[in-house]
Amino acid sequence: MDKQTMNHLKRMANQVRQDVLSEVYSAASGHPGGSLSVADTLTYLYEVQMRVDPQNPSWEGRDRLVLSKGHTCPALYAVLAQKGFFDREELKKFRHLGAMLQGHPDMKGTPGVDMSTGSLGQGISAAVGMALAAKTQGADWRVFAVLGDGELQEGQVWEAAMFAAHHKLDNLIAAVDNNGLQIDGNVSDVCSVYPIDEKFRAFGWEVFTADGHDFESLDAAFSAARQVKGKPCVIVQKSVKGKGVSFMENQAGWHGKAPNQQQYEQAMEELRAAAAELEV
Amino acid sequence: MMQTKPIATRESYGRTLAQLGAENNKVVVLDADLAESTKTCMFQEKFPERHFDCGIAEANMVSIAAGLAAAGMIPFVSSFAMFATGRAYEQIRNSVGYPHLNVKICASHAGISVGEDGATHQCVEDIALMRGIPGMVVVNPADDTEASQAVRALAEYKGPAYLRLGRLAVPVINDPESYHFKLGRAVTLREGKDATVIATGLMVARALEAAEQLAQEGIQVRVVNMHTIKPLDVEAVVSAAKETGCIVTAEEHSVIGGLYSAVCEAMVGAGVSCPVSPVAVMDAFGQSGPANDLLEYYGLTAEAIAQKVRERLAH
Repeated sequence: MDKQTMNHLKRMANQVRQDVLSEVYSAASGHPGGSLSVADTLTYLYEVQMRVDPQNPSWEGRDRLVLSKGHTCPALYAVLAQKGFFDREELKKFRHLGAMLQGHPDMKGTPGVDMSTGSLGQGISAAVGMALAAKTQGADWRVFAVLGDGELQEGQVWEAAMFAAHHKLDNLIAAVDNNGLQIDGNVSDVCSVYPIDEKFRAFGWEVFTADGHDFESLDAAFSAARQVKGKPCVIVQKSVKGKGVSFMENQAGWHGKAPNQQQYEQAMEELRAAAAELEV
Repeated sequence: MMQTKPIATRESYGRTLAQLGAENNKVVVLDADLAESTKTCMFQEKFPERHFDCGIAEANMVSIAAGLAAAGMIPFVSSFAMFATGRAYEQIRNSVGYPHLNVKICASHAGISVGEDGATHQCVEDIALMRGIPGMVVVNPADDTEASQAVRALAEYKGPAYLRLGRLAVPVINDPESYHFKLGRAVTLREGKDATVIATGLMVARALEAAEQLAQEGIQVRVVNMHTIKPLDVEAVVSAAKETGCIVTAEEHSVIGGLYSAVCEAMVGAGVSCPVSPVAVMDAFGQSGPANDLLEYYGLTAEAIAQKVRERLAH
């Protein structure tokens, strides 16, 4: 990855993080922690990996992304807005009555959202269905599914994993945002999902690992996954819940809570400072 | 009643699905290790590349169907009614209903006529569950003719739908040459002025038998086949109430949330008043036994329908 692309991705991800904070602050509710941990991945996928056309969001030949961890849609909305799928003004109305941007993704109402999600475990199955549709139709588009680590506690994830490997869906790439935290605390304390890599391997998947906040690392993993034939791939990416905002990092308490005015201003200040450093 | 041998509506489903497969290559079929029982095996034999046996994993199957539909395919999803609408209820609600995807949930082995397998496999709540989902069409065909046409109608309809199918072979009451299924439009099978029996599914044939019995006693009963529970043909209910003054509903489903509920809601909503008596499973679980014995035990017979009409008219 060249320096210019890298710098562009960093700037874009920083803007995504600022948007996430603004969305959740203006809604006075939402899920900042996981949105911040997945911000780099979504930025990278839409900017580098995915074939999409913001002017024609339902283009049949597009790559699809299913945000199986649907509660982190503030990050997805921010990316889609930056890509031009819809007016950035919509971000300010996130979760407001009558607004386009729902608390969890709504494919019917939001251009660029490929699947309605929010009930954990279902998105990965839908992504499997899409990948199966591409195979059945002989189409070359691909499907990305982004899951949370806590979400792996849903049995349906493993039903989907079994099916995807059985049908050799090499047009499906899943990413597990492994920030280690869920609402009630550490994933390893609540009900451990580890080891994630060995589980997926046992289910017949090709497994890659990455640093979820390092674009070089993400690029290496997703580029390698692209080359795999005959099986689905998963990228298990280590990430930090609340990444980019000092007082939110690694705090389960910021899973589903909005910042107050002072916290919002402090968070934005930190992010703007980080952005200023990127400009140099 | 037509003089052909009884046919289970799951057979009609499998046969029609196999025909649809040849006509439309967007049609795909999903099953959960029950292809022989739900009769999707008939499609599988002809189009193995478009038949996906998901194994014993109904939740995953329904969400996969949602993904297939989101990508332009027309998935027909099958299992027993209990597991399709019960086990995978939330998947149907959130992954199919909410995004209004073009998925057809076609569940066999509905009701107590499943027989010997007993209560765990006898779903009498499926209509209630599916009817509660916004935008979901709910169809419960009465016989082979109607089931075959309903499958075709649902393939053409764009949106989520539930088709209720049975295990038990049932009499063919509609002439395939002259019958024309129309989604949401009830069929008046017999005219009468004294009372109306609004029936659905396998109870329609029994309602016709009851009307025949009652006619011999001088009671003229209108028989309405309410094959579509949602959207309900409100006009048919209102005219039955106004013109015949009393209604008996007949369904192989719980008295809670099914046809009886839908008819009462529609009538009261329209500001019409007439007594309504249910012939239904009265808030109970089923049990093991031969299908016809069970139907008798739970009072889902022509005689039970006739008796409800007599009781109503005696008041």
